[in-house]
Amino acid sequence: MTGTTVVPGRERVEAPAAGRADVLAALETVRDPELDEPITALGFVTACTVSPAGDVRVRLRLPTYFCAPNFAFLMVADAYDAVSATAGVRGTEVVLEDHFAAEAINGGVAARAGFARSFAGLAEGELHDLRADFLRKAVLAGTDRVCRPLVDAGATPARLAELTLGEVPAGRDLDRLRRRRAELGLPAGDGDPLLIEPSTGVPVGAGAVPLHLRRARVTRVGADANTGICRGMLRHRYADTGLGEEEP
Amino acid sequence: MYEKDGEKYFVVDSHMHYWNAAPDNWVPGAEQYAKGWIECFHAYQGLGPAETHWPIEKFQKYSEEDLMRDVFADGYVDVAVFQPTYLKEWYREGFNTTERNAALGEKHPGKFIANTRWDPREGDEGLKALKANVERYGSKGVKLYTAEWRDGSRGWTLRDPEAYRYLEACQELGIVNIHVHKGPTIWPLDKDAFDVSDVDHAATDFPDLNFIVEHVGLPRIEDFCFMATQEPNVYAGLSVVIGGLMHARPKFFAKVMGELLFWVGEDKMTFGSDYGIWEPKWQVEGFVDWDYPSDEFSDYPRITTATKKKILGLNAARLYGIDVPAECRLEGGQGVPAQREAAQLVEP
Repeated sequence: MTGTTVVPGRERVEAPAAGRADVLAALETVRDPELDEPITALGFVTACTVSPAGDVRVRLRLPTYFCAPNFAFLMVADAYDAVSATAGVRGTEVVLEDHFAAEAINGGVAARAGFARSFAGLAEGELHDLRADFLRKAVLAGTDRVCRPLVDAGATPARLAELTLGEVPAGRDLDRLRRRRAELGLPAGDGDPLLIEPSTGVPVGAGAVPLHLRRARVTRVGADANTGICRGMLRHRYADTGLGEEEP
Repeated sequence: MYEKDGEKYFVVDSHMHYWNAAPDNWVPGAEQYAKGWIECFHAYQGLGPAETHWPIEKFQKYSEEDLMRDVFADGYVDVAVFQPTYLKEWYREGFNTTERNAALGEKHPGKFIANTRWDPREGDEGLKALKANVERYGSKGVKLYTAEWRDGSRGWTLRDPEAYRYLEACQELGIVNIHVHKGPTIWPLDKDAFDVSDVDHAATDFPDLNFIVEHVGLPRIEDFCFMATQEPNVYAGLSVVIGGLMHARPKFFAKVMGELLFWVGEDKMTFGSDYGIWEPKWQVEGFVDWDYPSDEFSDYPRITTATKKKILGLNAARLYGIDVPAECRLEGGQGVPAQREAAQLVEP
């Protein structure tokens, strides 16, 4: 599927061109901001080719023709940025297919236009606030992932309120929570509290822990349910598996 | 009515449609949107059991006979509430208008409730049309799409002064149920169409109106849940929840139901099949048989036969003043609604 064929007599470029694995690894860092899952795991990446000189072409798809264009724009733009920043990439083309706003999104991202200019007259501002809003949700959902095993093992609200991130058993869920907190500029060091209010960074007191955990759980349930619907829609729409797609 | 194990369930389908999305109704020049929209809906149908899937041709335009059989003869529904969706920029005669719905309803007295709609951006003309629809069709409810684009406007919110004029008009005209679409959406760009804070404001300022949040704000049920605990007149419309999750994602369905029962409570949840996306038959049968799949869900509120009777019909019957046969009513009160204090008292 890749176009990495050796062209006889071609001059060697100074830096080695990026490999396809490098580009796929870069795409794995791009998330659906609403679902907080990598676009690869969700099955949104259908093609990724790298020319010998380092020109990359990526094709993306979404569960429906009408998936919200604000989130679609963020994914295409983030994919463009992640691929462009990969060592050995010379040129980048990211194309969203089968979407009602594909032309505006693809053209806008390719021209580095930003969201408001890509939808001239239709969008008021860039999408930073929306992204931050969903990142705060990701922090809450991640809090449930990390805390649920602790609660099951008998941790009391008082104990959870005094735990620091460094005291929680290491694991993927904890790493993910810390990364999301760091992205929002929230404390994420070993000595920082496990439970904080995602909109302010203020630690959660023992008395507020039960409600905080209820909020964390319902936030995760909402995101998981939505992810389930999106995966089901994608499967209905396309029979083939995306690059790096994972069934949960 | 549905009967199982000696229990009789009065079924109100509080969110369903009778649309025409066939090519004969596509607006020239907007065919791609008209086609894309109905294909998107069709993909939702894919989340139901395979034996209930329709070919796209039938899905684009099902007949009156299809509807009467699927909803009433096979689907156990006693009364169905039409929720209109206009989309006249793509569909010449509209996708599923008050007029189209009511014309069918008039042929089958007692079976349907024809809701209408409004959009505050239509100003005085829209108010006149609303009044005319209420007088002509006796509408007691409306379906609202706050995220819909129109003439360069990128949606609206229920807290806009213009929207308050319409809410006041609803009160004067005898409309009591405001169904608000907060869920999977079409046109929002920088707007976040799932934001339910505007419902919070309107529900506080119009305590005599009921606000049914359709699709429960998915994918933001947490925001909806927090809001619903504080507003006694806010309801959870289960359209998409049962149809989209119960079969396709049973574990997530159990969690979503558990959360809604905890935060919103069984007295404020209403069944809607979303027909023609999904037929009610499998939804009603499956929901009556449903329980949490394992002990993993033991800290969610229990679901009883009474809970199911309320959700499938009794709650909506109360909202719409539908007379329920004595054999389907609940004896001994309405159960205990969820309360915000409960959240603070529950141990994690």
